[in-house]
Amino acid sequence: MPNAIATRQGPYVAPSALVRVLPHAARWVLRGDSSVMATAASTLGVPFVERPCQAAAQSDCAALWLGPDERLLIAPADAQSELAARLQTALAGQPHSLVEVSHRQVALEIAGEHAAVLLNSGCPLDLHVSAFPAGMCTRTMFAKTEIVLWRTAEQRFHVEVWRSFAAYLSKYLALAAGELAA
Amino acid sequence: MLLINCPYCGERPEPEFVYGGQAHIARPTDPRACSDQQWADYLYLRDNVKGVHNERWRHTHGCGRFFNALRDTTTDRFLATYEVGHEPPATLKGAHS
Ligand SMILES: [Zn+2]
Repeated sequence: MPNAIATRQGPYVAPSALVRVLPHAARWVLRGDSSVMATAASTLGVPFVERPCQAAAQSDCAALWLGPDERLLIAPADAQSELAARLQTALAGQPHSLVEVSHRQVALEIAGEHAAVLLNSGCPLDLHVSAFPAGMCTRTMFAKTEIVLWRTAEQRFHVEVWRSFAAYLSKYLALAAGELAA
Repeated sequence: MLLINCPYCGERPEPEFVYGGQAHIARPTDPRACSDQQWADYLYLRDNVKGVHNERWRHTHGCGRFFNALRDTTTDRFLATYEVGHEPPATLKGAHS
């Protein structure tokens, strides 16, 4: 009888010089007021940032602003269960919603001199560093798929995409990268 | 591309937004006191403005928040956007308000 538990495989990602798949990570979507966000930030060990469209990152953990009461929390995969327990303990008694979405999405890194130009092939945001500096993050659209875009350095972006859209996104990027190279 | 000024995120491209119908429609506080006609009007009757219209929009593919806007339906120009629960800027109020 075949094993009922399927082996988890990475999604299909079209090869491209500027794009690489980031390792599997633990992820949560946290909803709540600013005291909830402050508690979660201290539990994760990241600075507490309330500014819209701003990411707070420290070592391998990050809290990305998605909305006034919504953050995407990212942590190393091997810390998943331990951090989940600590978050639940720390947030107990405060009205909040903590949803684990580790396997819902995958992360791609787009890096290089032409990273912003490549992303602009499908994303209409102004990605000039003056308008979208390092540390800024947002949920947005890339062509027909929703992504979370986070600029981690001037020439490096972290993109979160729902895993069934990863093939579409990466093929689109590979096609655009081909045009850039031409 | 049309830019819409989200009260939380700032100016963002229009594909991130979804239209949410006419704004400032208050639910009757006591629906049982309404006639069928009044209730039907509340549910279905909307203004069809040529000019400045009070609208709800949602920054669906951004911060996810609903907000209100004043938009000129003849030019598609957004005159103002503001948070839910606030009144539109007095100088720009729509024709029906
Ligand atoms: Zn917004």
